[in-house]
Amino acid sequence: MRRIGVLALQGDVREHSSMLERVGARVQWVRRPEHLAELDGLVIPGGESTTIAYLLTTSGLRDPLGVALGEGLPVFGTCAGLIMLACSVSDGRSDQWSYGRLDVAVRRNGYGRQVASFEADVEVKGLGPVPGVFIRAPRIEGVGDDVHVWASYDHGDGEHPVLVRQGSAWGCSFHPELTSDTRLHELFVGAVDEALR
Amino acid sequence: MTAMSSHTGSTLVKRGLADMLRGGVIMDVVNPEQARIAEDSGAVAVMALERVPSDIRRDGGVARMSDPEMIQGIQAAVTIPVMAKARIGHFAEAQILQSLDVDYIDESEVLTPADEENHIDKWAFTVPFVCGATNLGEALRRIGEGACMIRSKGEAGTGNVVEAVRHLRTIMTQIRRLKSADEAELYALAKDLQAPLPLVREVAETGELPVPLFCAGGISTPADASLVMQLGAQAVFVGSGIFKSDDPVRMAKAIVEAATHYLDPAIVAKVSTGLGAAMKGFETATLEVRLAERGW
Repeated sequence: MRRIGVLALQGDVREHSSMLERVGARVQWVRRPEHLAELDGLVIPGGESTTIAYLLTTSGLRDPLGVALGEGLPVFGTCAGLIMLACSVSDGRSDQWSYGRLDVAVRRNGYGRQVASFEADVEVKGLGPVPGVFIRAPRIEGVGDDVHVWASYDHGDGEHPVLVRQGSAWGCSFHPELTSDTRLHELFVGAVDEALR
Repeated sequence: MTAMSSHTGSTLVKRGLADMLRGGVIMDVVNPEQARIAEDSGAVAVMALERVPSDIRRDGGVARMSDPEMIQGIQAAVTIPVMAKARIGHFAEAQILQSLDVDYIDESEVLTPADEENHIDKWAFTVPFVCGATNLGEALRRIGEGACMIRSKGEAGTGNVVEAVRHLRTIMTQIRRLKSADEAELYALAKDLQAPLPLVREVAETGELPVPLFCAGGISTPADASLVMQLGAQAVFVGSGIFKSDDPVRMAKAIVEAATHYLDPAIVAKVSTGLGAAMKGFETATLEVRLAERGW
């Protein structure tokens, strides 16, 4: 059984954990550096990216997690998790940092504040429509050549990627963990399995 | 792919933002400078208001929604969600706050109630609402009206955690009672709680509220945050406790770390060390006005 960590500093840790358990993974909450040992993959949940970034630093996880990601630890970031993995972040704090594991440029709250938060079906390659819950969601405004776009969505102002993959790193603007649809978690855990084979 | 239909203001996106705030600290701020300090210290959201509860308590008079200019100044200063308070039942204040694009409205007993019978019909809004509760029945009545987050009320502006503990324990005890009830008992329990039967049934099945349960009212140290999180709160509101302490920056950071590492006493001890004085606070028995009694 695959052992998948969920970064458990702040955010919707519980929802991701129950999704992962439903698709047959063993879940390890990550709050301290020693929790990174022996993980086959990691999920960075939704939450506030500024808070998660702050707590990564104070908990001593920031550098060890950076090393693990550099060594190819498979990772899946949703919403704030996508922001933490991006190469460039706009409309953030002046000192906003991220791991740069995904060669994408994101704009924080790029779809607007909470009153603009929305639900819409998103067409995912090979899966068909998947329910998308966008909450103060980051918008992906640019992707590098090595990034594969698995889903795009047009919110009335042009198509933007909403689910991307670069090697073993995945990111999405929305919150699959808030729905009962486990297919994206299956996709991620399946990719982790494949990498280990 | 062409544009597919989308909708805003659904229960899922409203409750979903509350889910994203779990494990975090929401701080009361009265100006952009305090808002930046809160964000720098790791707050998940700020509550924009003109006076923190301890000053409202001291000054007396009618407490109302804040000036829109002050709220907009705070929205411009930070990237995290900004909440603001409307008076209980004052749906026109809530309409104004929604038009300002605040991220959450707190229909709050800290302000002077505008309606002594009815709370706001929160289903009518796109913006989500948080409401206070002192017991499970009150929580479920607010959820029935459309609240997407519940905070136990505590006694705001006192720096005294005793009421927060009382309300949180009451809610958790009543949830456990529902969980152990058989189907036939649920009708009488719903009547006793004065709560909608479908919500009572849902709590009995899931063993928790249908929306996130946070804690407010009197939290003023990292140890307080750890205490209420261990009692079942999923995040904390800190009002006067930060900016009425000796060293607001350190206090804010310490409470943020305690809310995450609440099960790790060594970390809570470390962040509690050399913090300076917490807000002075009040013994609740001496209070002339009990804010928690507002709302029903």
